Amino acid sequence: MAMEATEIQPLGKAIKRKEDPRLIRGQGRYMDDIVLPKMLYMALARSPYAHARIKAIRLDRAYEVPGVVAIITGEDLAKMNLAWMPTMAGDRQMVLATGKVLFQYQEVAAVVAETRAAAEDAAERIEVDYEPLTPVVDPFFALTPEAPVLREDREQKNNHIFHWEVGERDATEAALTASPIRVKENIRMPRVHPAPIEPCGCIADYQKSTGKLTWYVTSQAPHAHRTVLAMVTGLPEHMIHVISPDVGGGFGNKVPVYPGYVCAVALSIKLGRPVKWVETRTENLTTTNFARDYHMTAEIGATEDGRVTALKVTTIADHGAFDAAADPSKFPAGLFSIVTGSYRFPVAFAEVDGVYTNKAPGGVAYRCSFRVTEASFLIERTMNTLALRLNIDPAELRRRNFIRPEEFPYHTPLGWTYDSGDYEKTLNKALALIDYENLRKEQQERRARGELVGIGISTFTEIVGAGPSHTFDIMGIKMFDSCEIRVHPTGKVIARLGTRHQGQGHETTFAQVVAQELGLSASDVLIEEGDTDTAPYGLGTYASRSTPTAGGAAALAARRIRQKAAQIAAHLLEVSPDDVEWDGVRFVAKGLPSRSVTMSEVALAAYTNLPPGMEPGLEATYYYDPPNLTFPNGAYIAVVSIDRGTGQVKVERFVAVDDCGTVINPMVVEGQVHGGLTEGFGIAFMQEIAFDQDGNNLAPNFMDYLVPTAVETPRWETALTQTPSPHHPIGAKGVGESPNVGSPAAFVNAVVDALSPYGITNLEMPLFPWKIWEILHQHGLAL
Amino acid sequence: MICPKGGTFVEEERHAVTLVVNGRAVTEEVEPRLLLSHFLRDNLGLTGTHVGCDTSQCGVCTVWVDGLPVKSCTVLTVQADGSEITTVEELTHDGVPHVVQQAFQREHGLQCGFCTPGALMLSAWHVDHYPGASDAEIREALDGLICRCTGYENIVRAVKRAQALQEEAPAAMAGQAREEASS
Repeated sequence: MAMEATEIQPLGKAIKRKEDPRLIRGQGRYMDDIVLPKMLYMALARSPYAHARIKAIRLDRAYEVPGVVAIITGEDLAKMNLAWMPTMAGDRQMVLATGKVLFQYQEVAAVVAETRAAAEDAAERIEVDYEPLTPVVDPFFALTPEAPVLREDREQKNNHIFHWEVGERDATEAALTASPIRVKENIRMPRVHPAPIEPCGCIADYQKSTGKLTWYVTSQAPHAHRTVLAMVTGLPEHMIHVISPDVGGGFGNKVPVYPGYVCAVALSIKLGRPVKWVETRTENLTTTNFARDYHMTAEIGATEDGRVTALKVTTIADHGAFDAAADPSKFPAGLFSIVTGSYRFPVAFAEVDGVYTNKAPGGVAYRCSFRVTEASFLIERTMNTLALRLNIDPAELRRRNFIRPEEFPYHTPLGWTYDSGDYEKTLNKALALIDYENLRKEQQERRARGELVGIGISTFTEIVGAGPSHTFDIMGIKMFDSCEIRVHPTGKVIARLGTRHQGQGHETTFAQVVAQELGLSASDVLIEEGDTDTAPYGLGTYASRSTPTAGGAAALAARRIRQKAAQIAAHLLEVSPDDVEWDGVRFVAKGLPSRSVTMSEVALAAYTNLPPGMEPGLEATYYYDPPNLTFPNGAYIAVVSIDRGTGQVKVERFVAVDDCGTVINPMVVEGQVHGGLTEGFGIAFMQEIAFDQDGNNLAPNFMDYLVPTAVETPRWETALTQTPSPHHPIGAKGVGESPNVGSPAAFVNAVVDALSPYGITNLEMPLFPWKIWEILHQHGLAL
Repeated sequence: MICPKGGTFVEEERHAVTLVVNGRAVTEEVEPRLLLSHFLRDNLGLTGTHVGCDTSQCGVCTVWVDGLPVKSCTVLTVQADGSEITTVEELTHDGVPHVVQQAFQREHGLQCGFCTPGALMLSAWHVDHYPGASDAEIREALDGLICRCTGYENIVRAVKRAQALQEEAPAAMAGQAREEASS
């Protein structure tokens, strides 16, 4: 059967996913599905206190449990030099507590047993004598002289982790002073958690006879994890085989190395048997990588007609007990410096101070693109405040300040060079989809009837695809990514990448990129990721970097193959290599369109009929060091109404227009947007990991940490504009995190808009019904 | 750190149970505290059924017990003695996928796939019993499920499509479904 042109030019098509046939049959292979001979199970004993000294640990009663094989504490790990491990933020983190505990649920001892149940029974019977210490919960209190010093292991005897700043402080102050209009807002992004539906875990399988460790792990960055593990354990890197099998969602939660992983590895090395560790939901929510927890103050200067003149931002960042924020090493506050957003700020200044508290480590997770969620929320909220202050429509205020299409590449005052954008086009599409003009009229009518109705806009700019090697590294390793493509004699292809998807559809979309470049059908290309013995080294999948980095590598590796293929084609067509042209699906002899060969024919010739002197085979590898990041953007509009009896906010409509440049698979992009908007909805209305004054975690499971179901989740209306990235090999930008980055501000702006006639300009997330209900009562609005 | 008593494994008190799982009778001796979800996964190797929480919220462990969708993390195996259990592995019966499996694929109703087995068992039961359900009714029916990837929109679309497929031509559908899902 002859192939259709659409089949061999699959880029941009809504191709069904290759992942699905196994996943809909329950034949995915996730970490906990894997069973190895003689495998043991591990469970962790955890601290009930947020801050306490450990006086003694007694294991006798735990050892009585039948089936227990071994128990380790921090002191055992100290003998192996594993009691502490390095973090991506350049700090260090306890593996098992020695001396004291610094957050509730912290790991204190690890038990391995013949069954899951025995391991858990024994972990419960470990007895620890604690001497409670004063916990530090409030990050502002943490910086005062009265606060107890949490990290006695550090040279600096205070709770201050770092100060980071960017931009011109004095010039910004001066511009603010000279501005006729100034608005200031305190904006907090509460601590939330990415909560992938599959929790974290691993199987460590150390073979004493070969000295090789095989490590099955829920990992978004298996190569980086292999390198970190080699550095931590001293095992040689070629003897560590990391396999990240199907991953049940990551959302940034599966980027760090966790204490449980290190304990399982240490125990497997000690015992010479496989050790499986699977955490519970409670352990996942209380101890793994949280997100946000930024306490920000923003000030915008503007002219009377609404042109912005300056932006100043001050932030206290609560990092918990250890700084394990998963950032590129030169960016302790991530890419927060994108905070000037989509607007033409002549001058700006931002500073962030990181603080230790008695809470779990983390900070960078949950579709944040390295703190872009915080930056976008801040600027989109404060622009809303400015619009209220000036009494200018928020869409119009944005339009007056947008970076214009002809100004790209645009240099921001905080150091980024935006690649491309047409913000007004994207906004206009969203305004048209929601029929903004009529919506505002309708709002007036409904307000006149006593209804509380609000419209919220967010027009954000993302920064994704870390990143260029001159600036970006993870623990010293440059943030390139890679693709290796091998074409078999029959024209079928296997391609492997250094990224690791957790549901984002790489097995389908990267096949589309490779197939497009090679003139093949996507069904002819098998994509593999996650096995460090076979896949080329890459930095993994997070911060929406897969398409910008590995996507670029895939296209360029395929083009390398095409260069060689062109020479073979010339040989087959009996013309000079200069006389061969690639028409998008085949090689054609110049001026003789009837004489052509396909990539499949060339592939066979690469193994059977080569030009003299040419190396047999047809394959290529590309390690792609991106010249810049990509800057996708979007225009989101939310319409809400508030129930005056209950304080419940109803999202009546939500329109999301995203621009991520060239679209590889619109079906997959739409699914990413639906998922990200649902996260943004949860963050705006339902989610917070809060603590009481004793440091008790108040949302340790799904009883209290609320994740939206189908009933709460609104309908999403989505659309795309396409402004390609000029520097990317196929013009594609990342997009996966845009919906979470962009949507919380749209929701909150909408609720503020509903209440703004009553003098309300700011509301703090999450917008729980009880919180709105209190405001309704305070303002005499309650029914 | 190695167990001083050598860690000799001693069998706990066990009870014999007989369950019919995916049409086959299974008799095993299990501890009374063994959850059905773990029994299916660890004892029978039916790892399509997943575990996503510890408080009965997420529903990714949903299977059919005597024809009803049930969160298997919240049933003891001994309670299910004598019951008929159907898991996601049996949704594709005699090589023919259930209409919801085909519809989830067509409508992009899954991403990471971890909630998918539970979502499919819930959806398949609903399509079989409430073939004309509205969007709002479908969302209510999915209330016991947590999906972190899809935002539910495409799951609802998939259930709607499955309803249509079911109604169209059940017999003709079977052949088409087999072809599509194997592509």
